[in-house]
Amino acid sequence: MNARALPLYATIAIFLIAYVICYLQFPAMLSTRVIGNLLTDNAYLGIVAVGMTVVILSGGIDLSVGSVIAFSGVFIAVLLRDTGLHPLIVFALLLGVTTAFGAAMGGLIHGLAMPPFIVTLAGMFLARGAAYMLTIDSVPIDHPFYDLLQDAYYRMPGGGRFTLIGVLMLLSVAAGMLLAHRTRFGTSVFALGGGEHTARLMGVAVGRTTVLIYAFSGFMAGLSGIVFSIYTGSGYPLATVGTELTAIATVVIGGTILTGGSGYVFGTLIGVLTMGLIQTYIVFDGSLSSWWTKIVIGVLLLLFILLQKGLLMIGQRQQGGLT
Amino acid sequence: MLLTTRKLTKTFPGTVALDGVSFGLEAGEVHALLGENGAGKSTLIKCLTGVYSRDAGEIELEGRPISPASTHEAQELGIGTVYQEVNLLPNLTVAENLTFGRQPTRFGMVSGRKMRQAAAEMLSGYGLDHVNVSRELGTYSVAVQQIVAIARAVALSGKVLILDEPTASLDARETETLFDVVRGLRERGLGIVFISHFLDQVFDLSDRLTVLRNGRHIVTAKTSEMQRLDLIHHMLGHELEEAEDRRSRREAGAERLRFTGLGRRGKVEPFDLAVREGEVIGLAGLLGSGRTETADILFGRTPADRGEATDSEGSVDLSSPRAAIAEGFGYAPEDRKTDGIIADLSIRENIALALQARRGWSKPIPRQEQRALADEYIRRLDIRTSDAEKAVGELSGGNQQKVVLARWLAMNPRFLILDEPTRGIDVGAHAEILKLIGELTGQGMSILLISSEFDELIAASDRVIVVRDRRHVSELVGDEIETGRIIKSIAAHDTAEGAAP
Repeated sequence: MNARALPLYATIAIFLIAYVICYLQFPAMLSTRVIGNLLTDNAYLGIVAVGMTVVILSGGIDLSVGSVIAFSGVFIAVLLRDTGLHPLIVFALLLGVTTAFGAAMGGLIHGLAMPPFIVTLAGMFLARGAAYMLTIDSVPIDHPFYDLLQDAYYRMPGGGRFTLIGVLMLLSVAAGMLLAHRTRFGTSVFALGGGEHTARLMGVAVGRTTVLIYAFSGFMAGLSGIVFSIYTGSGYPLATVGTELTAIATVVIGGTILTGGSGYVFGTLIGVLTMGLIQTYIVFDGSLSSWWTKIVIGVLLLLFILLQKGLLMIGQRQQGGLT
Repeated sequence: MLLTTRKLTKTFPGTVALDGVSFGLEAGEVHALLGENGAGKSTLIKCLTGVYSRDAGEIELEGRPISPASTHEAQELGIGTVYQEVNLLPNLTVAENLTFGRQPTRFGMVSGRKMRQAAAEMLSGYGLDHVNVSRELGTYSVAVQQIVAIARAVALSGKVLILDEPTASLDARETETLFDVVRGLRERGLGIVFISHFLDQVFDLSDRLTVLRNGRHIVTAKTSEMQRLDLIHHMLGHELEEAEDRRSRREAGAERLRFTGLGRRGKVEPFDLAVREGEVIGLAGLLGSGRTETADILFGRTPADRGEATDSEGSVDLSSPRAAIAEGFGYAPEDRKTDGIIADLSIRENIALALQARRGWSKPIPRQEQRALADEYIRRLDIRTSDAEKAVGELSGGNQQKVVLARWLAMNPRFLILDEPTRGIDVGAHAEILKLIGELTGQGMSILLISSEFDELIAASDRVIVVRDRRHVSELVGDEIETGRIIKSIAAHDTAEGAAP
């Protein structure tokens, strides 16, 4: 069996086992309502995590995404309040801004040979600051088109709502899977994660690839911001604080190795759903503090890091054995 | 001629790395490129593959002048290189590595089936039919990775293949597999430049050979017409003619340490070595013959995977440098700048380092004590510096070496390994370090001296062990220690011949 896929299988197994346990305790957990909500509630996280997966696969990190989501919400809310622009035009503007923002960070990372950690940390403060510049209040979004978006869903048998933003997330994951695993760009991303020096020798356009990776992450953060604004119906500069770290956690739980070069976009989806499942369980239980989500995520993260380290060691021992 | 260089010259600040080298490679031949450290082999290769741009001279490929500005350009022209360290990505599949940059696509998506097909075609004829191209490259042995790298280079370039020490981390069987591949490529009409430190392999594989020394072309000849002894003379050059004066050898002391059957797969064949009190054991051999590898094993840097080390009190733990230090071992490695000193720390800190490590970090050595220690060694070893707080990186090479020595002397080790202690340092410091070796053994310390300068080995050693192709092939004692003998041992075809009196 492919050792690198083991974390993915482990994630899937853990998710299924957790779901079975939840189901045994609360049979209602297997309804389409819960599944629909699982997708809807975590749509913004799933979308941004797809971007993060690509970044981490390349051996980088993007700490700015949480702030970019908050900025996006405020940007949309303020523009819809103060101008007569149609939301679709605002969306296009926003995606242009966040993609350019990501591309600029990628350019700095490559051009100045700076660690992504520092550059995107600066980006995180910048985007959060820009959100505050626009407004310090929570701005409600009141637009007929938004009502339309919020009410767009397919009623599944059993009453569950398969919402537009849930669909958007699944589409994002599918697009991310194609991009990472089936394109030349994706192979370049894996190559960068395997080692920049070697990647360069093999003919990867390192600069262009780096810029594209962070531009993609910026685009996904913008898209996630749009989804989040549809989900909450408002823009608030203090929203989604720490979401970048949650996204990183879901990527790692999804089986992607934090040092890059190995992982699966599909795993990230499972990571996001696992996280959502824990939250749903806490809601069903009713007596648990929501902080338990964080504790369980922490434990899961630790478990996966240990699992990956163990697999890495086994892999190294195997090397030389096969001829 | 497939590839020709004429009067190729490349200078770096302070050194002439290539001095008017002319070199010719025919299609359908394996041409070995030989030389010791600093001979200019890698500079020549880097000029050919576009890593360096030459200062003067011409390069012609199939009669047309070329001047590649990057490895990529050289590849396009037809010159592919495979390095000792495989320059492929272990986290990608074999197929992805082979087709990288030219993956077959359909509607913008990489077609996995076509890619695997293309990869399988590229690999056919290399005897790798058992390799599953959908698996990650990293799951295969270095030998397979090496052959995959060759397959990629041949498919991409297809005229000239440069193999830079491809066998350095392969065992005998893997090497043979690789050679079969290389012979197959020769049949197909490629020109192959083969760089190796293993003379047996050179004689085994190459059709012609070229020796460089100090950036100059020394000789090009048919391998079958070259005698081993002559070859080594060509490689080592002037050192041989120098008369050597030898230190008076003392009576050997009591046995201190015994290493039995120590070795490591792919590094050094198992060897026996007994170390007596106050003795200097010289280790002679060509570059890459197993000298440094022996030292690394004795100091636990690459721990032995077989054999044992004992002293009068029983077993000696050499599983890590830390354990070796605790056993009273010291090691001044060959690459002083990366392995010996910590350039940004002061002389005082560098000297106190090993002593502190042995005491444990919970018991810091008081600053005053460190200072006294540093001042003492600055005086004793005559380290030229304004004061003990100067960063070691600012000192000259010889003085850096003295700081490394001081670090170990402060621990008063019983066994000190010195790998090329005089490389790159001036003549004065050179003599001082040799004198110091004499003083230390007078106090009962045992020393293993590795050096590529035979006169230095002859002057300082009580015994000389000769290593060749990762094996300890012979031991010379007393009057046997002379240049001619050492050369003969290095050149000998097999152990018996080398050890014969």
